[in-house]
This record gives sequence, structure tokens and C-alpha cells, in this order.
Amino acid sequence: MTGFLTLLYKELLRFWKVGFQTVFAPVVSTLLYLMIFSHVLEDHVQAYPGVPYTVFLAPGLVMMAMLQNAFANSSSSLIQSKVSGNLVFILLSPLSYTDIFLAYVLASVIRGLAVGLGVYGVTVAFFDIPVHSPLWILAFALMGSAFLGSLGIIAGIWAEKFDQLAAFQNFVILPLTFLSGVFYTIKSLPAFWQGLSHLNPFFYMIDGFRYGFFKASDVSPFLSLGIVAAAFLAVSWLTLRMLRSGYKIRH
Amino acid sequence: MTIAIEVRQLRKHFGSVRALGGIDLDIRKGEFFALLGPNGAGKTTLINIIAGLALADSGSVRVMGYDVRSDYREARRTLGVVPQELVFDPFFTVRETLTIQSGYYGLKNNAGWIEEIIHNLDLDDKADANMRSLSGGMKRRVLVAQALVHKPPVIVLDEPTAGVDVELRQGLWRFIKQLNGNGHTIVLTTHYLDEAEALCSRVAMLKQGNIVALDSIKNLTNTLSGCMVRLRLTPDILPAPLQPLADNHEDGCHFLALEDYAQLENVLAALRAARTQVVEMQVLQPDLEEVFMKIMNTNQALEPPATAR
Ligand SMILES: Nc1ncnc2c1ncn2[C@@H]1O[C@H](COP(=O)(O)OP(=O)(O)OP(=O)(O)O)[C@@H](O)[C@H]1O
Ligand SMILES: [Mg+2]
Repeated sequence: MTGFLTLLYKELLRFWKVGFQTVFAPVVSTLLYLMIFSHVLEDHVQAYPGVPYTVFLAPGLVMMAMLQNAFANSSSSLIQSKVSGNLVFILLSPLSYTDIFLAYVLASVIRGLAVGLGVYGVTVAFFDIPVHSPLWILAFALMGSAFLGSLGIIAGIWAEKFDQLAAFQNFVILPLTFLSGVFYTIKSLPAFWQGLSHLNPFFYMIDGFRYGFFKASDVSPFLSLGIVAAAFLAVSWLTLRMLRSGYKIRH
Repeated sequence: MTIAIEVRQLRKHFGSVRALGGIDLDIRKGEFFALLGPNGAGKTTLINIIAGLALADSGSVRVMGYDVRSDYREARRTLGVVPQELVFDPFFTVRETLTIQSGYYGLKNNAGWIEEIIHNLDLDDKADANMRSLSGGMKRRVLVAQALVHKPPVIVLDEPTAGVDVELRQGLWRFIKQLNGNGHTIVLTTHYLDEAEALCSRVAMLKQGNIVALDSIKNLTNTLSGCMVRLRLTPDILPAPLQPLADNHEDGCHFLALEDYAQLENVLAALRAARTQVVEMQVLQPDLEEVFMKIMNTNQALEPPATAR
């Protein structure tokens, strides 16, 4: 237990020491999104009846910021440790692969929540965002961040250089978040794209998270949570397998 | 159980490069042991497999009786490794680094021992400095300190004195010798053979992934019976009867290889007979370096060359 807690502490200390770029910067950039998109689209788009576009957009952006930062935390920590070589300190220790997995995922979740709270805190200062059910909100925030934290471990282990990690981010994470319905409800999409969106786990995270605010969603939040949980389990299983086999980290 | 590290038929390839070609090695508890060999011989690869940083193709390794694959947690708990590469985590200070490392081993209230290591490795002034701000030698000391945070019974040091100043080198060895005196098993690699000769009881010499010599320093130096004589002569010509003994001629000095000290008499007699004057004379004892050079050169034909070389 001490070993796991130490690794968690080290991971938290790592992002906290550079809190300006790991927490403050994402909060600012998310607010920029919110301002620009609401300015451009406020009068043209109405996703849910009676909900102004900016208010509709806010929870999606909070979730997107959480997911991206949860991913960034584990993946950048791992790739930095690998490239600079200090991953050996963890590899030499008796930490089990589940200890390593849990510590990295939990640190990612905490970073995700910190950024999410930051974005949410500033957003509610400007806009009136309803909260229907904190429990749903929390459930999706935790599940979503954990999923991305785990995915971040996979990317961090797989990538050998920073540009490979950037490629993973640009060609996998970014399209999946942007096509998940952060900026629209997928009901507004043509049937083909709607069908495609249903294959995207990020869609269920955003949709379920938004349900917690508006009590309105494209699919049932129970279904969404089930799918997100299943996706998390699948990714966790793969991550644990990689860690156990020493794939790309024990030569 | 008297074996600290037990290596059996260990093989490792990197692509087509054979790094280890079937190593068998027992390092006893309490030994001060050196792994020697030229660059690329496989020393680090062997250490990495012992530490679990690399995975062998076949064969097995046990540390204090624990298999490094199936009992990896126990094996790693008993092992402290100083890696060859100068690595550090730029986010933390020296003390943070050591406290975190100690926590990985499940140790909570370890500040006393950590302070002791910091003091023994002369890091007191730097304890709260960021790792990034340390000089290379200082970073090396922290690496040594990190390997010792959990008081491991087996300590492996991969070139711990590379890039380290004389003072620390002596301080480091004093500390390591003290640990050895307290019962810790020490394994080190170094390219400074005088260091190995002064410290170690036994050495293994590796060449192209194979052990080509494994013995006590004493036995190894004894295999080179005889001695070497260095002579400066006027005129600078080696008399004909001594030509068969000639080993080398450099900087105006002749080197003669003798089978034993008694042969010295014949040499002097031959010089007198040739009316050659001895300006300078020195008898050289065979040392580990000489043994090393000899073994590395003579075994060339014996061992099959590593593939794809
Ligand atoms: N990760 C790796 N990938 C490919 N080849 C490797 C790797 N690690 C080591 N090798 C090769 O294995 C062989 C043994 O290398 P090793 O680092 O064990 O040598 P060494 O005895 O420690 O040398 P040195 O004295 O230079 O440290 C070398 O030919 C090296 O190029
Ligand atoms: Mg080496």
C-alpha cells in the first residue's frame, strides 16, 4: 500500500509542481473555446429546447478538458520517464504492475477532476448552468477520466518518442473528442454520422455527463455508463497486460 | 543458502546481436565481486536481467533465492542497483528523490537512514537542491544513494565511479566497503582494474557475452607466473642472447618477459658479456590489468564470435 501511495504522491507532486501548465493553462484554453463558440453560434444553434447554446456547450467542454488532461497526465509522465530514463526507478522497485496501473490512473483522474473543477468553477461564474444530478456528473467524470488515464498509460508505453505520442493524441484522442458531440447533439447529424458516433466511447461520456446537468441526453445515462464502464474495463485489461509483460519497458 | 545471485544458462539476444551466450555464475553472500569486460561485453545486460530491467531469452536468475521473474517483488526488495546511465527525475530535490524511492519499497519512516546515506555520500549541502542543478558527479552520488535507501542485502553497481572525482571515489569505496563489512554482498563493474584489484575478492571476465575467466584475483594474477623487466640500455641495443625474451620496445625501453626471478641473473650476465650498460631497471609484477589484457587477447580464437559481427 505504501508503495502505491508513494507512486501516486509522486505523480501528483509532478503535475502540481508545474500546475501553471497542467491545470491553469487548460482552464484558460477551455474558456476561450466557450467564449468563441458561444459568440459565433449562440443565435444559430439550439441543441435542447429552452437551453441556450453556451449553457449546452459548457458541460461538454468541462468533460473534454477533463478527458484530455487525464490522458495527458499518464501519457506525458510515462514518456518523459522513458525518454529521460528515470522510469528505471519504478522498474527496479518491488511495485507490482497493478500498483503502477492504479497509481497512474488515479493520478490522471485527480488531474482531470482538478482541471474539470477549475473550468466548471469559472464557467458558473459567468453562466447559469443547471445541475440536475451531481451523482451522474461525478460518475461520468470519474469513469471518463479513468478511461483516458488508462489509455494514456498505453500511449505512453507504446510511444518511443514525443512525436509518436503527439501522433496518438492528434489522430486518436483529438478526433474522438471532437466527434463525440461536445459542440452539438448527435441528433443533428445525418444518419451515417449518428451511427458512427454511437461507436465512439467518448460520445457516451459526454452525453451521460451532460445528462447530469440537463436531465436530457441522446441515449439513456444507464446505457452510457454501462458502455463507458465496459470500455474502461477493456482498456484496463489491455494496460495491465502490457505492464505485466514489460512490453517496451523491460527489454 | 549461501548464494546471493545464482545465474543459470542465461541467454540474451538483441535482434541479431548476441549479448549473453549462456552465462552460469554463482555469487556468494558477503562477496565483493567484480564483473569485468570491454565495452559491449554484456555486463550491463547481465545486471539488467538480474534487476528485472531486461528479460532473458532463456535461463534463470535468482537473487537471495528468489526467482527474478516469478518472485519479482521479493527479488527486487533484496536488490539495490546503481544503473550505468546517469538518470534522474528533474521534478524533485535530492531528499524528495530519496524519500520517494524509499516509499516505492514500502518504507515509511526511513528519514534516519536517508540522512545517513546523504551524509555518507557527502550530499548534505545538496539535499534540498533540485536534481537538475546537480553536477554529473553529484547526480551519480544520488544514484548510489537511491540504490541504498532500502538497505538491500545485495548491491549492484554498474560503473559507479565513472565521472566521479578522486575524493568521492575514495569516500564511496569506503562506504561500500563498510556495507560489505556489515554483510552486504557487493557486485560492481568498472573499467578501472586497479579499483577492482584493490577491492574485490573475486572477478568474472566477460567477453562477447561469455564468461572467459572466473576466479579470485590472487589465482588470476598467479596464472601469469614470472615477471616483466623494463630496461634502459646504453647502447640501446638488446644483446642477441636476450632477443627471445623481448616483449616490447617503447620509449627507449626494452621489456623482457621472464619466467621467474632467477632468470634475472642470466639477463644481467648476458648484458655484462655484451658490455651493455644498464641505465635504468624495473621489475614489474603481473597485475590484474595484465591478466585482463592477456585473457581478452588469447581467447579470441577459442570463443565463436557473436553472430552478425
Ligand atoms: N537495448 C538494446 N538494444 C540493442 N542492443 C543492445 C541493447 N542493450 C545492449 N545491446 C547490445 O548488447 C551488447 C552488450 O551490451 P552491454 O551494454 O551489456 O555491454 P557492457 O558490457 O555493459 O558495455 P560497457 O562497458 O560499454 O557498459 C552490445 O553489443 C550492445 O550493443
Ligand atoms: Mg555497461
